Amino acid sequence: MNSVNTAHSVVEPTPTVKRIAGAIVILYALVTMIPLAWIFLTSIKSPPDSISYPPKIVFTPTLEGFCNLFTTRTRQTPDYIQSLPAPAGACDEIARSRNMVIAGPSNYWPRFGNSLVIAFGSTFLAVSLGTLAAYGFSRFRVPLADDLLFFILSTRMMPPIAVAIPIYLMYRQFGLSDTALGMILLYTAVNVSLAVWLLKGFIDEIPREYEEAAMIDGYTRLQAFWKVVLPQATTGIAATAIFCLIFAWNEYAFAVLLTSGSAQTAPPFIPTIIGEGGQDWPAVAAGTTIFLVPILVFTIILRKQLLRGITFGAVRK
Amino acid sequence: MSEIKIVNLRKQFGDFVAVEDSSFTVEDGEFLALLGPSGCGKTTTLRMIAGLELPTSGKIHLDGEDVTFNRASARDIAFVFQLFALYPHMNVRRNIGFPLLSQGVAKAEIRARVEETAKLLRIDHILDRSVSGLAGGDRQRVALGRAIIRRPKCFLMDEPLGTLDAEFREVMVHELRELHNRVHATTVYVTHDQHEAMAMADKIAVMNHGVIEQFGTPQEVYNRPASMYVADFIGSPPMNFMRFHSGLKRGTRTIVLDGVEVAVPEVGEDVAPGEMALGVRPEHIRFSDRSSIRGAVYGSEYLGTNQIVAVETAVGIVKARVSADRSFRLGEAVGLEFNPAKLAVFDCVSGRAIASSLYAEARHG
Repeated sequence: MNSVNTAHSVVEPTPTVKRIAGAIVILYALVTMIPLAWIFLTSIKSPPDSISYPPKIVFTPTLEGFCNLFTTRTRQTPDYIQSLPAPAGACDEIARSRNMVIAGPSNYWPRFGNSLVIAFGSTFLAVSLGTLAAYGFSRFRVPLADDLLFFILSTRMMPPIAVAIPIYLMYRQFGLSDTALGMILLYTAVNVSLAVWLLKGFIDEIPREYEEAAMIDGYTRLQAFWKVVLPQATTGIAATAIFCLIFAWNEYAFAVLLTSGSAQTAPPFIPTIIGEGGQDWPAVAAGTTIFLVPILVFTIILRKQLLRGITFGAVRK
Repeated sequence: MSEIKIVNLRKQFGDFVAVEDSSFTVEDGEFLALLGPSGCGKTTTLRMIAGLELPTSGKIHLDGEDVTFNRASARDIAFVFQLFALYPHMNVRRNIGFPLLSQGVAKAEIRARVEETAKLLRIDHILDRSVSGLAGGDRQRVALGRAIIRRPKCFLMDEPLGTLDAEFREVMVHELRELHNRVHATTVYVTHDQHEAMAMADKIAVMNHGVIEQFGTPQEVYNRPASMYVADFIGSPPMNFMRFHSGLKRGTRTIVLDGVEVAVPEVGEDVAPGEMALGVRPEHIRFSDRSSIRGAVYGSEYLGTNQIVAVETAVGIVKARVSADRSFRLGEAVGLEFNPAKLAVFDCVSGRAIASSLYAEARHG
């Protein structure tokens, strides 16, 4: 009887257990989805609807938030608006209904572009450097390897913002303030320690025999690394890249401190969208909604890599 | 194809000496087995020949060329790993063709040679399969295919059958030897399994604690072991040792074992008095009621064609391989008779075999 009980603990859970577990997962997912749903709904509300209390669940959706996000507008007299030719599009029409005319595009897309360049650039650099460093620590006898690894880890032991002032002063000195290069270097420096540690774990798992086999098959160590180690480290590289990208994409404090103009990223820009008579919440929500898309896409693309796993089957342990 | 010559090769890891002053030559087309227990330095020796490990001192010559410090990729050798190390992100065809790719061989030629190699190994039907789904034997063949496709100067194999189950291992032993007979590549094969070494190798190097105890043909190693270690490691059950205290004179033809005179091959050297051991293989023992070496049956092990009978004597337990026809009672009194031409005498302190006419034969023949 005893043996049946012990076997029971490792077999398929009962349908009831499965149903309860499923319900908990769905409930948790719903709770975490509420802020996202809230942001998306706000982005398609009109400004008065967005601040009404109690919050409106049923409302007439409008593109006003997105229009306000992408444009700057000026107030004009009704007479002047009457004298203009017919509106050129939906946004034009919405603006005129509020006695405004579109003056030009807003800074949202340039800021969004800065975010893309800085986040992907720093992720690429951090993962590249991290992979090479992790390979070195994993395969060669590096003098003081343990101390070096601890030093690399120790850069993450205090919140990065603790060194904000020295970095601000250094950046001003070196002319890196408000430059994309400066932000890429900063985010790379923060992410590379994480990348080294994560990737070292993944590369340690890849048996050395593969490289040795490749070297005997006539390849140099660098070629063996490129043709044999890297393809097997893709899972680890994908996971590390997602972590690095999420940090660089979301980073706010340094972006506020070190960028203000041409290199400003989207996070410090979005809250500064001011409408008439205060914060333009639908526009802010619209900016946030679009801002979520790249991370979503990147994660979905790499999800396959993450789930596929490495076919270690060819080496038996 | 070529000759591998190892001269005074030595490897030290920190304070640990993995390989101590080894020298041997593997002739062109010869199959050498490096045999020994784990940790004896056989794999380290193989890795030094491959260039995966650099020796502390000594020389390695490949085909007359000093390759001691050449990169592995520059040595033109093939290595079959214990765990095969098939590249998991490539299919069978790409795994086998990978060594040719590094040499810049044309695509069409790689294709042709992969197919030719696969036919030789009878794996042409699985060329487009992923290596992760293959059975142990097929993985083994793919690993061999990757080794032979390049027609390297020599093959190095590190216990390639170690992970296969016993039944299949015998099939592969046969296949490997057959493959060797067909391609005649100089081969160094590392194993801890004496049966594999005996069945496949032209020469065997028995290693222990980083030292090569004996280098010779399977027959030499079995019939004329150079040391007690070799005599004990090879053969199952191993050689029996019967201890006695004595000195020996050159030309002596008998020794005294527990008061009984035993005829031995003519001793070829003078030995100062000390602990000695008479070594006799189980198959060189007969039961004879006339013999003065007496004992009582202690146990027996039935093997089908014959049986191993353990006999408790005044000089310890002696195992004899005798016909399976006769059955023995436990405690039954028996007399033991040895085949005098096949006996070896060892110095127990150094473990060294004492020169005798048994060993002189080896030198002449």
